[in-house]
Amino acid sequence: MTSVLKPKHQRLVLLVLALAALIGAGLLAAWALRNQASYFYVPSDIVATPPAPGQAVRLGGMVEKGSIQTAPDGVTVHFVVGDGKARVPVVFAGIVPDLFVEGSGVVAEGSMGPDGTFVASNLLAKHDEKYMPRELEDMTDEQARATVAETTE
Amino acid sequence: MIAELGLAALWLAASLAALQLLAAIIVVRGGGTEGEESMGGLVRPAAVVQGLLCALSFLCLLLAFVRTDLSVALVAENSHSAKPMIFKIAGAWSNHEGSMLLWVTVMGLAGGLIALVERRLPNRTMMATLGAQAFVALGFYAFLLISSNPFERLNPAPAEGNGLNPLLQDVAAAYHPTTLYVGYVGLSVAFSFAVGALLTRQVTPEFARVMRPWVLGAWIFLTLGITAGSYWAYYELGWGGWWFWDPVENASLMPWLAATALLHSASVLAARDALRAWTIMLGVVAFSMSMIGTFLVRSGILTSVHAFAVDPERGNFILALLAIYIGGALTLFALRASTVSEGERFSVLSREGALVINNVALSAILGIVLLGTLYPLVTEAFGVRVSVGPPYFNPVSAIFFFPMLLVLAVGPLLRWRRDSFDRVKLTMIAVLAVPVLVAIAMWAITGIGLLPLLGIALAACVGVGSFMPLRGRSLRRLPLPVWGMVIAHFGIAVALFGASANSAFTVEKLVAAQPGDKTEVGPWTITLAAVTPVAGPNWTALEARLGASYEGDREVEIDPQARNFWAPPQQTTESALLTRWNGQLYAVLGGEAEGGRWQLRLWWKPFVTFIWYGGILIALGGLLALIGRVSVDLKRRSARRTVEARRAVAGEAVA
Repeated sequence: MTSVLKPKHQRLVLLVLALAALIGAGLLAAWALRNQASYFYVPSDIVATPPAPGQAVRLGGMVEKGSIQTAPDGVTVHFVVGDGKARVPVVFAGIVPDLFVEGSGVVAEGSMGPDGTFVASNLLAKHDEKYMPRELEDMTDEQARATVAETTE
Repeated sequence: MIAELGLAALWLAASLAALQLLAAIIVVRGGGTEGEESMGGLVRPAAVVQGLLCALSFLCLLLAFVRTDLSVALVAENSHSAKPMIFKIAGAWSNHEGSMLLWVTVMGLAGGLIALVERRLPNRTMMATLGAQAFVALGFYAFLLISSNPFERLNPAPAEGNGLNPLLQDVAAAYHPTTLYVGYVGLSVAFSFAVGALLTRQVTPEFARVMRPWVLGAWIFLTLGITAGSYWAYYELGWGGWWFWDPVENASLMPWLAATALLHSASVLAARDALRAWTIMLGVVAFSMSMIGTFLVRSGILTSVHAFAVDPERGNFILALLAIYIGGALTLFALRASTVSEGERFSVLSREGALVINNVALSAILGIVLLGTLYPLVTEAFGVRVSVGPPYFNPVSAIFFFPMLLVLAVGPLLRWRRDSFDRVKLTMIAVLAVPVLVAIAMWAITGIGLLPLLGIALAACVGVGSFMPLRGRSLRRLPLPVWGMVIAHFGIAVALFGASANSAFTVEKLVAAQPGDKTEVGPWTITLAAVTPVAGPNWTALEARLGASYEGDREVEIDPQARNFWAPPQQTTESALLTRWNGQLYAVLGGEAEGGRWQLRLWWKPFVTFIWYGGILIALGGLLALIGRVSVDLKRRSARRTVEARRAVAGEAVA
C-alpha cells in the first residue's frame, strides 16, 4: 500500500474506513448495552421475574425493621429488603454505608445467588436529601412511608 | 455592597459581549468599507475588558465567601463561619452558581487573551473567531444572570450558614474543579477558531498552528483535572477504586478524548495541510462534549456529589444552549464543509495514516463512552431504570483502545506523506514483538485475566515504542515538542501498566479485629493497636491506629478515620494510605462489631500509583510541547519584526 492513491479515491477510502469503524463501534455498543446494562429492580419485580443468577442488577427498597443480622465474622451482614409487597433476603460482606439503618432506603448492587439470596457487592444508602441514590427519590414519595408503616406495625 | 459590585460587573461584561458580537458581525459581513473596519477596532478591546470584568465579578464572590457574608444566599447555603479558610475559598466554586461563574470567568479571560495576543490570522477570520467566542459567552451570561445569580441576597441574613458537604471539604476541591473548568472552557477557544475559520473559509495550516497551543493548554488542564479527580475519588470514597465510569467522570473523559483527537489532527493540518474538514469537525465536537458534560453534571439529570441542585429549569436552559451552539455549528459545518478545498494527499503507510487511525479509534471510544453514558437516560424515558458500569465500558472500549496502542507504538516512527515498509520493517517487528513476549511470559507465570494481561503487554509495547523516535537523533538538539510526544506517550504506558497491574494483583482483606490482632494482606502484616476518638475543627472522629509491616520490616503507623461532621451532619470515611514505590496499602475503618471488634477493610494495590504518575507524565509531555510551540512562535514573531524594521530602514535609505 505504498502507492499514493488518486486524491478522490483516497478521500473516499478514508471516509469509508472511518465510517465503518464508527458504525461498528455504534453497533457493538448497542449490542453490549443490551447485555451488560444493569437493570434496577424493586423486590416485587425480583420475585415476579427473577433475573438470571450472576446477572448484574441493582435492587432498591427499604431495609426491613429488625432484619439486620451480623454474622460471627463481624463483617458479613444479612438483611431483608422489602417494598411492601415482596421481600428479598440480601447478604453483603463489607463496611456498610453510614446511613444504612433499618427502616431506611437502600440500593444494593450485585446479583442473585442460586439460593434466592441477593448477593450485594456494594450498598448505596441515602446520604442526605441532596445526595441520595436517584432510585430512592421516587420511593420516598410513593412507597417509603407505606413501606415503613407496614414494616414497623 | 461587594455582591452588588460583582453583579454589576457581570451585567457589564454581558453587554460588552453583545457589543463584541455585533461589531464582529458588521466586520465579517461587511464589504470592507471604512466605517465597518472601524467597528472592528471595538472587538478586541471589548473582549479584553470583558475578561477583566468577569475576573472582578469572581473576586467579589471570593471575597463574600472569605468574609462569610451570610446575607448572600449562596454563602449562607454553602458555607459556615467555622470552616477552615481554604474550604471557605474553595466553597465559592463548590456549588452550582459559583461554578458557573467560574466557567464564565475562565471563558472571558480566554477570550480576552486571544484578543490580546493573537495577530497571525487574517483580520476577518480573527473577527469571526472573537464574534463566535462572544456568542457562546452571551448564552452563559444569560444562564448565570437569569437562572443562577450567584450574588442573590437573603433578607434577613441567617445567623449561621448551612456548611459545605464534607465530601467536598478536601484540598482537592480547591484545584480539581478549577483545572477541569480551565480545560472545558479552553476548548471553547478551539470551537471559536473552528467557527471563525469556517465562516471566512480560511482552513489553513496557519489556522491549525494558531489553534494548537490553545487546544494543548486546555488538554493539559483536562489531563491534570481528570488525574486529580481520579485520585480524589480513590482516597475520599473509601471504595478502593480509581475510576467508576460514573456519568460525571465520563463527562470529563469525553472532552479529553475529543481534544486528544483534535490535538493530533491539528498537527497533521499544521505540518501537512491535510485533514482540513476533519479538524474543524473535531474542534466543534470537543467543545460540544464540554457542554454536554456541563449539561449532564449541572442539570440534576444525574445524581451524584457533583449534581449540586436538582432544578429542571436550569437543565432546560443548558439544553437550549447546547442545541443552539452544537446545532448551529454543525449546520454551519454542513453548509461550508464542501467548500473547504481538499488538503494534501498521503499514503496509508505514513505518519498521517497512523494519525488517522488514532483519530478514528479515539472517536469510536468517544462514541462508546457517550452511548453508555446516555443509555440510562434514554431507557428512563421508557420507564426502565438501568445503570451502565465497568462490564460494558471496560471490554467495549478496549476493543478500540488496544489496537490504537499498537499504532501508537509504531506510528511516530513513520515519515510524513509516505514511507516504505522496508525502512521501518525491523524496528516495527521489534516493537510489536514486545507485547507478544510479555503476554506469553505473564500468562505462563500468573493466571491473570485477559484484559489486565493485554494491558500489561501493551503497556510494555508502548513504553518501548515511545522512546523509539529518539533513536539516532541528537538528544540535545531534539525539539521540545518531540520530547513532549515521547513523554506523553510514555505516560500512557505508565498509566496503563498501573491500571492493569492494580486490577490483576490487588489483594483485599475484610476483617473484624480486636486491638492486638494481626492481619495479613499480600506482603503486609497489619496490627490493630487501638481505636480512639479524636476531634478536628468541624468534626469528631474515631481513629484506628494500625501498625503496618512490609515483609517483616519495621512497623509504620497509619490512622484511618471514620469522621462525623456536624455542619452539615454527615459521616465520611477517611482512608489511610501507605505509599511504597511498588504500590499502596489502603486501609479503611468501618463500624464496631460484636465483642469489641472493629471492621477493617485493607487492600494491597501493587503499582496503583503508576496510574496517576502516568497522568502527570502525559500532562508534562503536553506542557513541553506547548513551551516548544510557543517559543518557536515567539522567535518567528521577533524575527519578522527585525526583518520589517530592517526593511523600513533600508526603505528610508533608498528614499
